[in-house]
Amino acid sequence: MFIGNTKKDREEMLKTIGVNSFKDLVKQVPEKFLYPEFKLPQEGLDEMQTASAMRELAARNKQLKSFVGAGAYERYIPAALKALLSRGEFLTAYTPYQPEASQGILQTIYEYQSSMAALYEMDYGNASMYDGASSFAEAVRSAVRITGRKKVLIAQSVHPQYLQTLKTYFPPGEDYKFVQIPHKDGCLDLEKLEGLLDRETACAALQSPNFFGLAEDFSKVSALTKAKGALFVAAADPVSLALFTAPGAQGADFAVGEGQGLGLPLNYGGPYLGIFTCKKEYLRQMPGRLAGMTKDKNGKRGFVLTLQAREQHIRRDKASSNICSNEALCALGATIYLALLGPGGLKELAQANFDAAHAAAERLCSIKGVSLKFKGPFFNEFTLALPCAAKELRSRLIEKENIDPGLPLKDFYPELGETLLVCATETKTEKDIARLEKAVREATA
Amino acid sequence: MEDITTLDNRLSIEKSSPGRRALKFKGRLKHSAPPIPENLRRKTAPRLAELSEFDVVRHFTRLSKINFSLDSHFYPLGSCTMKYNPRVNEDIAALDGFTGLHPMAPDEAAQGTLECLYNLQTLLCELCGMEAITLQPAAGAHGEFAGLMAAKAYFAHKNQKDRVEVIVPDSAHGTNPASAAMLGFSSINIDSGPDGRVDLEVLKRHLGPKTAVVMLTIPNTLGIFESGIETISKMVHEAGALVYMDGANFNAMIGMIKPGELGVDIMHLNMHKTFSTPHGGGGPGAGAIAVKKYLDAYLPVPVIKKEGNRYCADFNRPLSIGKVKAFFGNTGVLLKAYAYLLMHSPRELGEISENAIINANYAKALLKDYYPSHSKDHCMHECVLAPSPEMMAKEITTLDVAKRLLDYGFHAPTIYFPHIAHEAIMIEPTETETRETVEEFASAMKKISAEALNNPQKLKDAPQTMPVKRLDEVQAARQPNLRW
Amino acid sequence: MPKPEEARYTKTHEWIALEGDQSLVGVSDHAQHEMGDVVFVELPKMNQKLEKDKPCTVVESVKSAFDIYAPVAGEVSAVNAAVTGDPAIINQSPLEKGWLFKMKAANPEDLKTLMDWNAYQEFIKQGVH
Repeated sequence: MFIGNTKKDREEMLKTIGVNSFKDLVKQVPEKFLYPEFKLPQEGLDEMQTASAMRELAARNKQLKSFVGAGAYERYIPAALKALLSRGEFLTAYTPYQPEASQGILQTIYEYQSSMAALYEMDYGNASMYDGASSFAEAVRSAVRITGRKKVLIAQSVHPQYLQTLKTYFPPGEDYKFVQIPHKDGCLDLEKLEGLLDRETACAALQSPNFFGLAEDFSKVSALTKAKGALFVAAADPVSLALFTAPGAQGADFAVGEGQGLGLPLNYGGPYLGIFTCKKEYLRQMPGRLAGMTKDKNGKRGFVLTLQAREQHIRRDKASSNICSNEALCALGATIYLALLGPGGLKELAQANFDAAHAAAERLCSIKGVSLKFKGPFFNEFTLALPCAAKELRSRLIEKENIDPGLPLKDFYPELGETLLVCATETKTEKDIARLEKAVREATA
Repeated sequence: MEDITTLDNRLSIEKSSPGRRALKFKGRLKHSAPPIPENLRRKTAPRLAELSEFDVVRHFTRLSKINFSLDSHFYPLGSCTMKYNPRVNEDIAALDGFTGLHPMAPDEAAQGTLECLYNLQTLLCELCGMEAITLQPAAGAHGEFAGLMAAKAYFAHKNQKDRVEVIVPDSAHGTNPASAAMLGFSSINIDSGPDGRVDLEVLKRHLGPKTAVVMLTIPNTLGIFESGIETISKMVHEAGALVYMDGANFNAMIGMIKPGELGVDIMHLNMHKTFSTPHGGGGPGAGAIAVKKYLDAYLPVPVIKKEGNRYCADFNRPLSIGKVKAFFGNTGVLLKAYAYLLMHSPRELGEISENAIINANYAKALLKDYYPSHSKDHCMHECVLAPSPEMMAKEITTLDVAKRLLDYGFHAPTIYFPHIAHEAIMIEPTETETRETVEEFASAMKKISAEALNNPQKLKDAPQTMPVKRLDEVQAARQPNLRW
Repeated sequence: MPKPEEARYTKTHEWIALEGDQSLVGVSDHAQHEMGDVVFVELPKMNQKLEKDKPCTVVESVKSAFDIYAPVAGEVSAVNAAVTGDPAIINQSPLEKGWLFKMKAANPEDLKTLMDWNAYQEFIKQGVH
């Protein structure tokens, strides 16, 4: 389909190479392995047929009015962002290993690192990780490496899939210990944290807003971890940080987050963007790429990949991580998104999320038997206690009303009973929320 | 003296002006909730640029233009498979029906995407001659990690926990030993034979009851096929260990060789290499891990299954290693790879490897008198060359050649890799380049060779035509400036 | 500070020289040349136990990282903070200001098993790295 050379080209090229046929070129491959049978359709589609087949498949996904968040947030994507991000110059560039020919990409990485450090109020950010969960896992790995300790405390209110990913990132069979810090009314139980912290603890890994949607006060955490020589790893939603205290201001040693909310589509889970930031003293323990500003021979400003000796292509088995390809284009998207919003726009966006979620919560709580499960302040999602089976309610609303009312939490936290994690971002209007209310009211009646 | 281009080199934050705005959000929904409590409120706004929309568009458009890209330049980057990224893939992956799908949407709302993913699983399995697959990893290295983790779980389940070693040839990608180390394996580095192939005697010495996995790149990083693979696989299996294939070079095999038939037990694939998805300046990619039946149970969750006419994401796999990221994999990237495969019959896929191999050998043949090859054999999809002894006598290094190539309008090949080849210049044209492009590239390389002999300073001063001259990387590393 | 001629050398290009009851350890001039501009040094910890020929610290250049191996067994007794602040010192003065750490050798006699200046010069000439 996308091959440039013609049959005539190939024949002439083979002649120049000095062989009679292609088969002579691949004599190093034992013949019995060449050209096996493939049980696949024997015809490929043309471009038009492919596009049409894929459009049909896309249409087979239900277009729901969705109130699900749980770590991935529906966002309006500005037209300028889409236009810039689809430029071939960005889309089809390679990793900027040749800095003189990659100043554009390198500067965008530098601007991305700067934006993340500013947003999280941390000293440094890297060029990106795969997603929020893998960033979280890598931050905990860094903490374990730095402290040389093997016990990790994780808040029970951390996204369950972050916890699962974290566990996978630690090889089994080596005595790592993962201890959950219970929650009290949906928030971190500080006394329990204090009790669990000891001289064996590598870090306390927490999240705010947490999986239940609650914004947490971590201002006392860093004093507690420091007292035991442990580190504080915080995960935070980047958009929430326009309104809520940043991890850096609460003394986090590593701060991470899922960057999808910075202008990236939901895409059924990816590609997303792992935000990774740290305090100055841990710069060398940071995994992944870094772009730095420097000068060229004539003293002109320029950018390069730097501190590369930490990385896998040099340090191999002693590298801080094995990450190579990252999510550069997604990081560029986030950078453009933040440039379009600026601090003022970001605050407006966060406020719009806050308002939509609180308006939704108020309306839903006016329904008989429906209430907020937890009292604490929340950002753009909240946990709702229901008078009926949450899973059935969800199936029914999806089927009958084309509304996905939220995520039932029973599979993750059976002890919470019939609860629904409901999210409303800036994309939800008064009318959408009224529709949701009406549907839930009827279903619970 | 500050010149105009320096002014143009400003960061977005340096173009910022207080109060300037692009995007606005005007809708405010009413509610009676109290404001955010003082202890939770952010006190100072983040230091981000304040720009108009036009500022933003112009800033990033300008940045896009001081950058090489595949659309504008030939990237003969060995091991990276910089092939054309079909635009139809982009259109397809951007369809609202796909992009708007929430990762926690129930299966019944996600049938279209799940069907694509299921079909992609099936296609990739068949192309690899493997029996099970997961599409979850976000990149090749992520796949290596998950694949080795599955091997670890497999041995743990078989009560062979003392298999703690991973054997990696010295020609391997750096991610191989790094992935092994992340999992607590000790990586045993073995020297390759003179042609870059595995030295069977050396391998034999290191294989034993402690060996878990032998990681091979096929073709290897010198672009040479591991001709003794059948014997190697047999030796590895007799030692009770598994063969892992780094599929970064699958572009030399697609539609022509099934790794499964070579005795490979686990392999990863990079969608952003063989399957034409764009590199995006360093990512996102997508990895897939394909395995033989006996390793299926250990793959990360979820795996997409088909039950009757319904597709579902299967999380209920008790022996699974768990999750390597939240949600599903890099779906947006996987959809592009699926669209790409839909457009190819098995014969057309075979033509991809054939043309990739012909182009690489053609480049090698055109350059043979100027840049000797590391290997006497014909190469597969990439070749490893070096500056001629005459050039080196003028103290010309591979780096100088690479930088001078930029002046000729070509991205540099992969350089100084593999480490086992001295002053390596690793060239992979891919099948999507025409012979004319390969010829133009070779002609630039020849001119550079002549310059090296007549005017070596020209190479030392290169590049001259780029937005910046050679950059001070020492300064950048000694006093890191990593943010505004 | 030791004179280059008085130090002992390893095949991995470290030097070690006795100074009172401690030994200074650094990298040879040949080694700093091979490394190129040093950009970062990671020093061992005080009192860290050292095993002969085992990596105990790392020196980084822009594109490479080099393990530094303990020339003899012993314990770290001091580290040179000046080289972490300004790694260029290792390039400028590998045998004097650019020393990396001091150690107490478990058995000072072990130093004598290493190459002396002349043997090391011969070793470099042979091009055996």
